[in-house]
Amino acid sequence: MSETLLFRGALIEGTTAADVIVDGGMIAEIGPSLSRAGATVVDADGLVLLPGLVDLHTHLREPGYEASETILTGSRAAAAGGYSAVFAMPNTSPVADTAGVVEQELALGEAAGFVTVQPIGAVTVGQKGERLAELGAMADSRARVRVFSDDGFCVWDPLIMRRALEYVKAFDGVIAQHAQDPRLTEGAQMNEGAVSAELGLAGWPAVAEESIIARDVLLAEHVGSRLHVCHLSTAGSVDIIRWAKKRGVDVTAEVTPHHLLLTDELVRDYDARFKVNPPLRREEDVLAVREGLADGTIDIVATDHAPHPAEAKACEWHAAANGMVGLESALRVVQLAMVDTGLITWGDVARIMSREPARIGRLAGHGTPLTAGQPASLAFYDPAPRRTFTTDDLRGRSVNSPYLGRELPGDVRWTLHAGTVTVADGALLDTPGVRA
Amino acid sequence: MRHLLDTQTLAREDALRILDVAEDMADTQRREVKKLPTLRGKTVVNLFFEDSTRTRISFEAAAKRLSADVINFSAKGSSVSKGESLQDTAQTLQAMGADAVVIRHGASGAPRTLATSGWISAGVVNAGDGTHEHPTQALLDAFTIRKRRFGDDSRGRDLAGVAVTIVGDILHSRVARSNVWLLDALGAEVTLVAPPTLVPQDVSGWPVRVLYDLDEAIAAGPDALMMLRIQLERMNAAYFPTEREYSRRWGLDPLRLRALGADTIVMHPGPMNRGLEISAEAADSPRSTVLEQVTNGVSVRMAALYLLLAGADDPTTEIPEETTR
Amino acid sequence: MSTRIVLHEADIARALTRISHEILESNKGPDGLVLLGIPTRGVTLANRIGALVEQFGGTPVPVGALDVTMYRDDLHRNPTRAPQRTHIPDGGIDGKVVVLVDDVLFSGRSIRAALDALQDIGRPAAVRLATLVDRGHRELPIRPDFVGKNLPSAREERVNVRLNENDGSDSVTIEGR
Repeated sequence: MSETLLFRGALIEGTTAADVIVDGGMIAEIGPSLSRAGATVVDADGLVLLPGLVDLHTHLREPGYEASETILTGSRAAAAGGYSAVFAMPNTSPVADTAGVVEQELALGEAAGFVTVQPIGAVTVGQKGERLAELGAMADSRARVRVFSDDGFCVWDPLIMRRALEYVKAFDGVIAQHAQDPRLTEGAQMNEGAVSAELGLAGWPAVAEESIIARDVLLAEHVGSRLHVCHLSTAGSVDIIRWAKKRGVDVTAEVTPHHLLLTDELVRDYDARFKVNPPLRREEDVLAVREGLADGTIDIVATDHAPHPAEAKACEWHAAANGMVGLESALRVVQLAMVDTGLITWGDVARIMSREPARIGRLAGHGTPLTAGQPASLAFYDPAPRRTFTTDDLRGRSVNSPYLGRELPGDVRWTLHAGTVTVADGALLDTPGVRA
Repeated sequence: MRHLLDTQTLAREDALRILDVAEDMADTQRREVKKLPTLRGKTVVNLFFEDSTRTRISFEAAAKRLSADVINFSAKGSSVSKGESLQDTAQTLQAMGADAVVIRHGASGAPRTLATSGWISAGVVNAGDGTHEHPTQALLDAFTIRKRRFGDDSRGRDLAGVAVTIVGDILHSRVARSNVWLLDALGAEVTLVAPPTLVPQDVSGWPVRVLYDLDEAIAAGPDALMMLRIQLERMNAAYFPTEREYSRRWGLDPLRLRALGADTIVMHPGPMNRGLEISAEAADSPRSTVLEQVTNGVSVRMAALYLLLAGADDPTTEIPEETTR
Repeated sequence: MSTRIVLHEADIARALTRISHEILESNKGPDGLVLLGIPTRGVTLANRIGALVEQFGGTPVPVGALDVTMYRDDLHRNPTRAPQRTHIPDGGIDGKVVVLVDDVLFSGRSIRAALDALQDIGRPAAVRLATLVDRGHRELPIRPDFVGKNLPSAREERVNVRLNENDGSDSVTIEGR
C-alpha cells in the first residue's frame, strides 16, 4: 500500500533544503544527503515541503446534494490542493445533527481514502436555531466531533449561543459561528456599499457580521469558553478579534482565500461566480484581513469550498446560489496574496493552513511537526510556475470557481495522506497509493 | 448600438443621438399616417417577467409604428412560473426569430446577464431590471425636460445647467438611478430628496446633492421636480412610519406646488399615488408633464428600437457620410 | 486616382437658373408649387432654386426638406444612419405640385423612398424631380423632370457635389479609380 519514498532536496517549510524518507506511513528520516535502499527517489529540488494542509471549513454536500459534490469527489479535490484533512460542514440533507449521520460521513471518507474527513456537527437540530442538537452524542461517536457549526445560518438567538458555548466545554468542543445577523441581511445579495448602491442589489452590511462577533466574544468570555469565527471578512471584524484576544478571550478566526484577494468591484458584471456568503468586500477590507492574517489576529485560512451545479450560477444574480469551490486553488491564492506580497513566510503558511486548523479542530495526526517519527501527511509544492487557472485544474464535481481565466502561481506536486500518495508528480491518482 | 442596458455606461454622444432621433420620431407621430416602414420584417419580443401594462404597451406601440412584428411574453401563467430558467425562456424566443428582446425583470442585472451570456444573439433593451436601471424612462424624462425648455429647437441640445430634483424612494428606484447618470452626462445638476432610510448607504461617489428636506430643495429653485412613486410595502419594512407622515414631509402638496418657480415643471414616471407623493392639484396642473412623458416615451422607444435594429449588425455604429444614392 | 471638375461654380449657377425657369414653364407659373429638398445638399439646392423661382416668378414658393432615411430599402445592409430633419412647409402638400430636389440621381432608390415618404404625409397633385446631376445606372424606373447636367459615369467612380453653404465652395467633381 505505501511505498518507501525518498524526496531529495525539498525546502522544509520554505527554508532549509533536506531529504525526506517516507516509510510505513511515517517520516522515517529527515536530513541532508540521505539514502535508503529500495526507496523510490523523487527529485524535490525547489519544492516547498509543508505539513499536509487541513481545511477547517469544507462543504462536501454528501449526504443529500451529490449532484454538486460527494465525499469522494470532494476528497479528491482536497488532495489535489495539497490537503490531507478536511472538516465537513453539516448543512447536508439530512443535516449532520446526529451520531448516525456523522458516522456515515466518517465511513464514506475512510472508504474514499484520499484525505481524513472529519465531520462537523450542527449546533442546533436541523440548523434551525431553536434547540441544541445532541452535541454529546456526536462527540462520543466514532466521528469524535469536536467542532460544531450551523454554517450557512447564524446561531442568532443569544441564549442558544450561550448554552452551546457552555455545553461543549464538557468535551473540549468549539462552536464555529457563521456571523450574520439575519434581520440586517434579509434578501441581501452583495456587500452593502458604493457598488451595491449603483448596482441596485440589496446590501449585506459589514455591521451584520461585526455585531454578532462582538456579542459572541463577550459571551465566550463570560462563560469561559472557546469560540471560533468562520470566514471573517471585514476590517471591523479584524479589529474586534484583536480587541478580544487582547482581553484574553479564547477566540480563533478563519479567513477564506477569496476574501484575501477579491473585492466587490467584481460584481459589476453581475457574474454569479462572484456571489458568496459572506460577500466579497471592499479593497480596505481585503487589506485589513491580509494584515490580520499576517499578525496572527486571524489564525487560519479555511476554504469554505462550496460546490454548486452549473444552473445555480449561469443565471441572473438574484437567482444564483452563494458559494465558490476553493480546495484546488487555496494554496495558490494564499501564495499570491500573502507570500508573494511578502506578508508571510512558508513557515507561516504551515501554521495557518495546517498546524492551527488541526489544533483548533483537535484533530490528531495532522499538522504535526516535520520530524522523524511523525505521520507522513505532507504536501510538496512548487511555487515557481505561473499558469492560468482553468477547469482542468478542478478535480471536484463542480466548476464554480472565481479564478477561472486568472493567472495563479504555484503547483501542488505531491500530496501524501499518512504515507499514502494521493498526488504524484502533479497528477491526482485515481486510487490512493496506486501509481502506474 | 448593440444593446441598451443602462444609462450609466451610455456615452453623452449616444444619449444625444437617441434624443435627436426621438425628435424625428415625434414629428412623424404628429402626422396622420403615424407609421414608418423602417423595421418591417423585424421581430421585437416583449419579455416581461414583471407586471407592467404601461411600459409594455409603450414598447409595443413603438415597435408597431416602425412596422415591426411584436410578440408579447408575460411571465404569469407561463412556463416561467413553472420554473423555466431565464436561459431557456430566452432561447425559446430566439428560436422563434426574435431580432430584439425588450426585457423587464425583477432581478437587477438580468438584462446584462442575458446580453452577455451568449444564449441569444438578439439585441437587448432593458425595460427595467429590479432596482437597478430603466434607461428608456430616463431618456424620455430628459427628452421631456429638453422639449419643455427648448421646444422645436431641441435638436442637438443638452441639459447644461438645468437643475433637476428627484424626490422619493431613491434606494429602490431604478428610475432614479438611470436619471442620475443620464442627467449628469447631459450636464444637468441633480438633487435627491428622500427620508434618510430611503437613500442608499453610500452615494458619496454619485454626482448628486442629497437633502432630507423637500422644502429646502424647493426653495433652491429647481427647473424640474420629479416625484417618484412610493410603495406602501416599504412602510412594513420600517422605512417610514405611516403614509400620512411620508406625505406630510415628502409629498408635493398644494402649498409646495405654489412655492415652485414660474417655469418649474412637475414630473412623475407613473403610476401616481394621488394624494400620497403627489397631490391631485399638482398632477393636473399645467406644470405637470405626466401625459407628455407618456407620449414622449413612445418616440424615445421608437428611437431606441430604430438605433438597435435598423442598421447592419455592426457593433461599431458609425454614422456614414452619404454614400449610396 | 484621378479627379476632374465637371461643373465649376458658374456652371452650377447657370444650371440652377435654367432649372428654375423650366420649373416655372412646366407649371405655367409659381402657383401650387412646393419644393422639398432631400437632405443634405438637396435642401441647399432647394433653397437656391426657391429663391430663383421667386425671383423669376414673382411670388415666394414654399421650400422644405424631406428626409428619406426611414423609408430606405437598404437600411439593414449598412450601419445605422441618423435621420435628418423633415420640414413640410405650412400649407402641406395635399393637392400641390411637389418638386423633389436632390444633388445626384444615381440608382433612384432615394427617390423611391421619397415617394413612399410623401405618401404617408399627404396626397400631392403631382410629384416632379429636379436633380443637379444625373449620373445614370438607374435600378428602378425613375426619371428626372429637370436636370442640371447629364454625367455619364462608371459605377465605381465617385461623384462629389460641394456647395458653398455646406462645404465652402461650389463644384461637382468625378473621382476615377
